[in-house]
Amino acid sequence: MSGYRILAALLLSLVLLQSVYAVDDAQPLADARLQTRYENLARQLRCLVCQNETIADSSATLAGDLRRELREKLVAGQSDEQILQFMTDRYGAFVLYKPPFEQRTWLLWLGPVLLLLIGVTVAFTVIRRRARMVVDAPDEMNEGDQA
Amino acid sequence: MWRSIIPAGVFAVLVGFFVVGLYRDPSQVPSPLIGKQAPAYTLPRVEDPALQISNSDFAGKKHLVNVWATWCVECRREHAVLLEIARQNVVPIVGLDWKDELPLAQQWLQQLGNPYVATAFDPEGRVAIDFGVYGAPETFLIDEQGKVLYKQIGTLTMEIWEQEFLPRINGQPNGQTS
Repeated sequence: MSGYRILAALLLSLVLLQSVYAVDDAQPLADARLQTRYENLARQLRCLVCQNETIADSSATLAGDLRRELREKLVAGQSDEQILQFMTDRYGAFVLYKPPFEQRTWLLWLGPVLLLLIGVTVAFTVIRRRARMVVDAPDEMNEGDQA
Repeated sequence: MWRSIIPAGVFAVLVGFFVVGLYRDPSQVPSPLIGKQAPAYTLPRVEDPALQISNSDFAGKKHLVNVWATWCVECRREHAVLLEIARQNVVPIVGLDWKDELPLAQQWLQQLGNPYVATAFDPEGRVAIDFGVYGAPETFLIDEQGKVLYKQIGTLTMEIWEQEFLPRINGQPNGQTS
């Protein structure tokens, strides 16, 4: 019982840790709100050297440079949108971990919904046909005999 | 009948996606700068940091901007190609020495030869960020109006030079069409 509780507490703390741990060893920004925005932005931007990491996670020098750029722009009073625009102007939409919904990405965004719809349709027709087959079973067996 | 066609069709579509995916290099991220104005810069020169180099020095000239660094292993391989291109004397090559140390960069140019008309020194990588650089070497072709015509990510070879760069350099003398 208590073992489960400890395990649960550990897992929960791991989940919470995800949003608490510091992005890097740079001096935190004086304004705590800016620091929160900084960490939030750093987790939205892709490190292009090591493409499956955000610049918050990556230790590549380019990621460090981009984090410096983030901090400077935040201190200079730029909005999150301005900063993300700065990054996409230079590195393209690929730099955003969450790509914008546009002509090139609609399939990416709607793909899962489309697949779900196809799956539901297939399941629905199969179930209906099975249900009918049970009713028509004797006929179908006859057809099978004749063929 | 339908039962076999539909899964086969789905399979064929998937195979199509995978085949295309196999031949794509995910490390090549297309630059949003193509067709747009290249970033402005003013930086000290590697050859003599007391002097400066700026994008306006090359206004009205087609030129290459080659991003390199002494810590970049591929750049050493590429250097011979750059020397050969410089010998052809088609367009000037501007160097952008990225996140490097000045003495090492100067030594590099002295020992390996200098294909650049001038090399900008960018130790903090700020101009490189403006260019959207994410690895060295990278090479940009910039036209007379300062627009980016082409970007080569990774080592420039004579083959790429002849196939991708020369036609773009020769094809549009005014560089007005995109």
